[in-house]
Amino acid sequence: MSKRWESWTGLVGLALIVGGHYVGLFVAPPEAMMGDVGRILYAHVPTAWVGLVAYLAAFIAAIGAMVTGRATWDALVEATVEVGLLLNVLLLIQGSVWAKPTWGVYWTWDPRLTTSAIMVVSFGAVLALRRQIDDPVRRLTLSSVATIIAFVNVPVVYMSVRWWRTIHQDFSSPETVSSAMVTPLRTAAFGMLFLATSFVVRRWRLGLKALEAEFEAPDLPEPVAPLRIEE
Amino acid sequence: MTAVLQILWKDALIEWTARSRTVSLLSFAYTILLLFAFAVGADADTLRRHAGAYMWMSILLCSTLLLERTMRIEFEAGAIERLLLTPVPPAALFYGKALSNSVQLWVVGAFTIPLVVVICDVSFVEHALWLLAAVALGGAGLAAPGTLYSAMTARLAGRQLLLPLMLFPLIVPVLVAAVKTTSLVILGDPMDQAGSWLVLLACFNLVYWSLCGVLFGRVVDA
Amino acid sequence: MDPVVTAQSLGRRFGHRWAVARLNLEVDRNERLLIIGPNGCGKTTLLRMMATLLPPSQGTLQWSGNGDDPRSVIGLMGHAPGIYEDLSAADNLRVFARLAGRDRGDVPSILTTVGLDGRSEPVSRYSAGMRRRLALAHLLQTQPALALLDEPFAQMDPGGIAQVSRSIRALPGAVVIASHQVHHAAPLCTRAILMDEGQIRWAGPANDAEAAWRALHRERGDL
Repeated sequence: MSKRWESWTGLVGLALIVGGHYVGLFVAPPEAMMGDVGRILYAHVPTAWVGLVAYLAAFIAAIGAMVTGRATWDALVEATVEVGLLLNVLLLIQGSVWAKPTWGVYWTWDPRLTTSAIMVVSFGAVLALRRQIDDPVRRLTLSSVATIIAFVNVPVVYMSVRWWRTIHQDFSSPETVSSAMVTPLRTAAFGMLFLATSFVVRRWRLGLKALEAEFEAPDLPEPVAPLRIEE
Repeated sequence: MTAVLQILWKDALIEWTARSRTVSLLSFAYTILLLFAFAVGADADTLRRHAGAYMWMSILLCSTLLLERTMRIEFEAGAIERLLLTPVPPAALFYGKALSNSVQLWVVGAFTIPLVVVICDVSFVEHALWLLAAVALGGAGLAAPGTLYSAMTARLAGRQLLLPLMLFPLIVPVLVAAVKTTSLVILGDPMDQAGSWLVLLACFNLVYWSLCGVLFGRVVDA
Repeated sequence: MDPVVTAQSLGRRFGHRWAVARLNLEVDRNERLLIIGPNGCGKTTLLRMMATLLPPSQGTLQWSGNGDDPRSVIGLMGHAPGIYEDLSAADNLRVFARLAGRDRGDVPSILTTVGLDGRSEPVSRYSAGMRRRLALAHLLQTQPALALLDEPFAQMDPGGIAQVSRSIRALPGAVVIASHQVHHAAPLCTRAILMDEGQIRWAGPANDAEAAWRALHRERGDL
């Protein structure tokens, strides 16, 4: 994706988000039970969806990196984990902001929240690991392994905590969300997707430059002059 | 398969020869439990209700020490390289090591049971089998990803922080399920939930014992 | 010419530095090769590549041996002793014999050969020289077709040096020694190469190794 496309994707994304949020904030009806507080839906749900998509992309990139060993895939792992982590943290903040007026507390131990918090640590640890390793080949291998395991762990954590307790909202889908809200939600979701994609691609491009320099084989040295022994 | 048993035997020999370290580890488990009891205070009811949590936190904290140590002995004098020169496949190295770690965690787990009985005033006599199953599956569930990650962090300067940091998210399901089962055993299980928690533990073990075995070769070669 | 290991255009880099480059080498089945060179010239890297512990960055390395696992023909006495600190010397040898599917019966005699017999304490109590003797014992136990020794005389007392020399002479197959102690190593070898900055600068009979060594240091102004 050339730089111009990146920027356009980002701008389109931003426009969709703004549009979706405008409709969501001012045009769509307030949520039946929560009232206006429920409008955070338009930010929170897209953040959640796109965050998971970013982590999924990281998982695929990690497999690609392990199979090919190339800097391209490694840079993609780095970019997607970073963007995913950003969205993940944003998600937790948005959730807390919404939770206080709705549940009366900023946080609670339910499956969704716990899984999200765990993901922050898991994927944050991938980035911490990357910082600690100098050798580019080792870094690629180890961070890919950590990313794969972090991703596999997500459903397991979710299931384990879900069996424990559930008070979070049910999955957001056209069945559970009223039709007047579906359109701005979808708009905002696509907007977030486009924006995140443009972030990932830009970060990938930047990371790739640095990584390629590390992976690149320098020229072989000149052949040395043979040694002459004079006695 | 024989290679796995040979690695297990090697680790058993090492741990037996240096068994004073195991004694230190068990003392550490005991200390953690005591500290929890002191922190909670003379509240018998709280101690009883959360005995499962204290027990498993104690096992968990012991596990990070154990995992770091059992992998360090492979790297400190280059034994891992000599191992890589034998015909033993890396996957066998993993399974042997992970089994050895599991056994040691079972020992720690078994040791904490009587301590918890005394300190928290609980009884495990009923449903003792469920408890043993929880210890077995919980210990194994900690050992599998722990062995992989201890190998990953063995050569890094920040390993003592990085290992628990990376391991913590993975073992949350194990912790939750093990504590839940243990608490049900102690406090009673009117709805027969213990079985489903053990199923979760079994699934977790299945996923991680296979996944980590596959990935181990790449980690030690790097 | 029946090579046990062949290197063609072999290269290995670490980051932007080529530790070994443009290396062509053949080690014959019964040959004893000495590798000399200043610190950082790539001797250890080359030995580790020949031991399959490091993959090449460039070129090829081939071992003869029925197309099997090259590890089955290799024995290594490297920088790290490759031991378990908690076990005794005898247990160390027994463990690895078992893992490699070898007979454990000759452990006592090997320990006697290297001068570590009659000791039951863990290796953690050993001195540096004793650890290197144990590393040598590991090598002797494998009876390899290709024995690789990296600074076998380092940290050894004169008794140890004599023992290492005797053991090397008794090795069955090809032997490659990397050593700074040219006067100890050269009599044990038939051929020698001199490495500098990752490449081979000189090759010749082992008897001339010392002269080549002096020539290099004259060139560098060390002598």
